[in-house]
Amino acid sequence: MRRHWLLPTATLLGFIFLYAPILSLIIFSFNDSKLVTVWGGFSTRWYGELFQNSQIIDAARLSLIIATLSASLALVLGTLAAIALTRFRRFHGRTLLTGMVTAPLVMPDVIIGLSMLLLFVAMQSMFGWPAGRGVLTIVLSHATLCMAFVTVVVQSRLADLDVALEEAAQDLGATPVRVFFDITLPIISPALISGWLLAFTLSLDDLVIASFVSGPGSSTLPMVIFSKIRLGVSPDINALATIIIGVVALGVVIATLQMWRQSKT
Amino acid sequence: MNGNTAAAQRPWGFIAGLLSRAGFSGRTLLIAAPTLWLLIFFLIPFLVVAKIALSEITIASPPYLPIVEWTADGHMIVTLNFGNFQFLLDDPLYISAYLSSIKIAAFSTLISLLIAYPMAYFIARSGERYRNILLMLVILPFWSSFLLRVYAWIGFLKSNGVINNFLMSTGIISDPIPMLQTDFAVYVGIVYTYLPFMILPLYTNLVKLDEALLEAAADLGARPMTTFFTVTLPLSLPGIIAGSMLVFIPAIGEFVIPALLGGPNTLMIGRVLWDEFFSNRDWPVASAVAIAMLVAVVLPIMFMRNVEANIAGDK
Repeated sequence: MRRHWLLPTATLLGFIFLYAPILSLIIFSFNDSKLVTVWGGFSTRWYGELFQNSQIIDAARLSLIIATLSASLALVLGTLAAIALTRFRRFHGRTLLTGMVTAPLVMPDVIIGLSMLLLFVAMQSMFGWPAGRGVLTIVLSHATLCMAFVTVVVQSRLADLDVALEEAAQDLGATPVRVFFDITLPIISPALISGWLLAFTLSLDDLVIASFVSGPGSSTLPMVIFSKIRLGVSPDINALATIIIGVVALGVVIATLQMWRQSKT
Repeated sequence: MNGNTAAAQRPWGFIAGLLSRAGFSGRTLLIAAPTLWLLIFFLIPFLVVAKIALSEITIASPPYLPIVEWTADGHMIVTLNFGNFQFLLDDPLYISAYLSSIKIAAFSTLISLLIAYPMAYFIARSGERYRNILLMLVILPFWSSFLLRVYAWIGFLKSNGVINNFLMSTGIISDPIPMLQTDFAVYVGIVYTYLPFMILPLYTNLVKLDEALLEAAADLGARPMTTFFTVTLPLSLPGIIAGSMLVFIPAIGEFVIPALLGGPNTLMIGRVLWDEFFSNRDWPVASAVAIAMLVAVVLPIMFMRNVEANIAGDK
């Protein structure tokens, strides 16, 4: 039968398509030649140059700070929105909240970036806050975008949660706050972790929104990479990509192994 | 509080009810915090964009004229400038950028589907052990930087890049084929970055397919191709729709991929907005493009999603 070789071949080609560019990035990061696509012998000099490049190191540190702050803010806001939408069937503004929570998922980045910038400019001229643009405005924008994703992740977990558990705790006299911290929170914690990680990745990865709302001296890592790429391919970016891919691959493999172990017990 | 909730029958519900009448309930706060946040940082910004789309450009900081002015004797003058929207309709650049965005997003979605379907099918039909490893391999690139994955293709596609060097060294071609800065490169970039979004919903759907149905079709004499087109494909339609939306929606507003891989003639609406804002510094026209995109792209997508959700809900 034809299917026997057709499907595996198509799958193999698909995986080659997914991984060939990444592998070539990794291979050429160890290339001694400055010409990125001509092999000039093995070398780790680009890694050395990468760590000497204070512009990239500073931008990476700034991006990690921004991603941590925005993901944490998005986690709190997104969890509140998810609880409101799953636990309270009817309230004034439910349709409004539902719409505003799902809209960022389909909104192009350029529109979010432009609208946030224009808001900050208008707010500054009216209230004097936020004064100028920088880390604060990027965090506010990223938190707004990411909370939509956190809400979706937490909401689906809350919908699966057995309400009887919460009701039992309430019947035994626990206050709503206590029920939340003793019952609900431990059960939804996997969703909170994956929501936070998703928000962190989205913030770390964002070029467009940050470009609109950042100010002088607050260039994030994607902004620095983008302006370097526009000037052409450079080998230290290959080294940076290899480090990022290595960290991500390690994280994903550990997470997958963890999930396997949990599903076995 | 709504009197019909079961919670109101419990003692704490009563207390919460009292508090809420005084305006202090946890419930109110819980709903108010995310709602207020999104009102301020998501909804109001669009009103600001709409306002600036109706104002005139000027050389100042910020570079637009106010639409509401007060005269010395207390009269309010409102100057609405619809010229920016008229400009979008008159200049063929904007209409063709819009149409070309739809075309590029639609074809990329179709190509992704053709590549993803056999992969998703193969993964769904392989043993439990391999299935998890293969899925992990699909998801892995998604977690690494989007920008760097697009960057990887520059090294692949440029005229002295990996593909051209390989083809020239094997003697298949004598001169490099120009691939970077073409529409072809944009298609490759979009399909490449969004392929996992197509594979995952297809996989989730195909893994639930009951093999007994395929056996039944075979027993009744259907050939594999007939079985595929009459049984498998119709049953996987929800997965196809979900995956297509996940690719089409981000592709249509894409900026990074056309900016890095496309040529000067690759028109996409997201890139046009970016250039109006950053290169021309024309905030009113950039705002008008954003409002037009909202009406012509985002609202239809949200409507389609609603229809899709309703269909899924009915089943």
